[in-house]
Amino acid sequence: MTDITTEKARIGAPSAQPFINGFTEEGENLSPVNTGTNTSTTSEQPSAGPLAGASAKSHSHGGGVGIPDSSRAGRLTSYKMADFKPLNGLEEDWRFTPLKRLRGLHTDVLNGAAPAVSVTAPAGVVVETVGRDDKRIGQAAIPEDLVSANAWENFAEATVVTVPAELQADSEVSVLITGAGESPSAQHIVIVAERFSKAVVVLDHQGTAVVSENVEIIVEDGAELTVVSLQEWADNAVHASSQQAKIGRDAKFKHIVVSLGGDLVRVTPSTRFTAPGADVEMFGLYFADAGQHLEQRLFVDHAVANCKSRVLYKGALQGRNAHSVWVGDVLIRKEAEGTDTYEANRNLVLTDGARADSVPNLEIETGLIEGAGHASATGRFDDEHLFYLMARGIPEKVARRLVVRGFLNEIIQQIKVPAIEDRLTAAVERELAATDN
Amino acid sequence: MSTLEIKDLHVSIETEQGTKEILKGVSLTIKTGETHAIMGPNGSGKSTLASTIAGHPRYNVTSGTITLDGEDVLEMSVDERARAGVFLAMQYPVEVPGVTMTNFLRTAKTAIDGEAPALRTWTKDVKAAMQQLRIDADFAQRNVNEGFSGGEKKRVEILQLELFKPKFAILDETDSGLDVDALKVVSEGVNRAHEEGNMGTLLITHYTRILRYIKPDFVHVFVDGKVVEEGGPELADRLEDEGYDRYAPGAGVAVAPAVQA
Repeated sequence: MTDITTEKARIGAPSAQPFINGFTEEGENLSPVNTGTNTSTTSEQPSAGPLAGASAKSHSHGGGVGIPDSSRAGRLTSYKMADFKPLNGLEEDWRFTPLKRLRGLHTDVLNGAAPAVSVTAPAGVVVETVGRDDKRIGQAAIPEDLVSANAWENFAEATVVTVPAELQADSEVSVLITGAGESPSAQHIVIVAERFSKAVVVLDHQGTAVVSENVEIIVEDGAELTVVSLQEWADNAVHASSQQAKIGRDAKFKHIVVSLGGDLVRVTPSTRFTAPGADVEMFGLYFADAGQHLEQRLFVDHAVANCKSRVLYKGALQGRNAHSVWVGDVLIRKEAEGTDTYEANRNLVLTDGARADSVPNLEIETGLIEGAGHASATGRFDDEHLFYLMARGIPEKVARRLVVRGFLNEIIQQIKVPAIEDRLTAAVERELAATDN
Repeated sequence: MSTLEIKDLHVSIETEQGTKEILKGVSLTIKTGETHAIMGPNGSGKSTLASTIAGHPRYNVTSGTITLDGEDVLEMSVDERARAGVFLAMQYPVEVPGVTMTNFLRTAKTAIDGEAPALRTWTKDVKAAMQQLRIDADFAQRNVNEGFSGGEKKRVEILQLELFKPKFAILDETDSGLDVDALKVVSEGVNRAHEEGNMGTLLITHYTRILRYIKPDFVHVFVDGKVVEEGGPELADRLEDEGYDRYAPGAGVAVAPAVQA
């Protein structure tokens, strides 16, 4: 891309001089006014400066005390749809979504037939279909928006996939989710990776559906879980998917969103660290064609110390009114000392008439971190890439496809599970073939 | 036997200050088996000549011709030129994220030859060529030029030169930024390709250093978009001793070298 702009903020090495009022060499006591709990160092506390005084309540991306949506930490969560105000589309978390195309997911009772679920799992993995009262439901997730709450109120049964403690699954767990038609429906899936287990779970969405889905993911201490959510819906599908993960001590969690098909797909993955030492990687790949709306809004909640997160989403857009949305909220809470985080979004716009919205939000409430950064770039083809490839005899059309493939491959290469990499490569090839540039 | 012929070439670029002429009438004929060195100070238009032959869109040919065995090169697209047998080893090879070297080399070879190379011999050829250029085997799985050092990028350019077997190789300051060891490795690669006997070489360089390893048949001195002096290898030796100063405006090169003393 020729117009790449990147921004990388680094905080974590406070100088010996408290050049920011309230910011000591140790980086603590940022806000004596707002912490309220720290009583041990009263005599040494500097007076609260403007940054210090505001840090616990307001955040760098605007808003402030008392203004809704000003911090991701303050967002309303509830299992009850009635707790959320009806949507008007002006809300911070809905402002890019064409509500008219949600086809009732935000207004109707979701009593249509839920997409059929069929699971293929390696030996040892337990697959169950359970009722609403199963105790595992509600362990990892609480709806963060109205559409998710609507699904929570309406789902009839849930699929629970459990990778038992210490099991090293020798192949991936494939959860095939096939749409059952166009009546608005609700779906619920729970994935539990017990202590020290290791597994890959693929959620494979196909067919036609109008569905709001909640996916709860529990990654217990020391477990290593990869979840791939693949959206290869038919052209008219509408899909909202809240995928919330609770991450245990020293756990490793890799989450990969691949959105290719559907009229409107809105995936909102959240990961919450609950104990130190955990490592989260979140990747995304999307390819929006003419008229398609592909949205991803992620949240990484660094609520405890010494966790690491890496986020990279890449998208290609092609055709009139192809629209992608990426919003990355990363919150480093005051307790989350030693956090190391970086998030980035890259978009490649292939034709006129497409639109990519990209909003990285980084909230930092402690200075005692390893690093925190964010980057976003949206660009057209880089002519120098093209020239280089063409100067090696490769025709322009082939070169362009090679570049798109290469651009998206960077995500596929991160997966490190050959069978899935091959599958996604094939899926991208189909997309490239279907929308030949 | 092939001939690459450049006649009275004028090239300009668009800048914020308007159109700027960079090449002001360049003529040059290269035949199979010949090595021509083009030397000159920074900004003399050497690299512009290289990029223009390859067809970079930034450079507008305002007059003059380039032909390859009589075929009009200027009429060809960038990829057609490469398939016709022109290879440009770039001064600053770009990184292409996500495209592995293996995939790239095979795709390019297929395009140039018009058919996919036989898998077994191709893999062997690539491996052998990489070994000779002392490129680590794991580069094959890395993305094109991504994270390569300056010297590694240049070696990979020469790797392509050896694998694609062009009729004419244009080396655009391939020696810049190389240490002596890398320079030797790269030069050996060019010499190997040359010794196969089907290639002419246009070697563009700022320094005479590389000419100790790659022997030119002809040396052309480029100043301000024109060839100001031509000769045999002895001219390179003289440049090594005297530098480009005597070509500076007012130095009166055409009169006699003694003038500048």
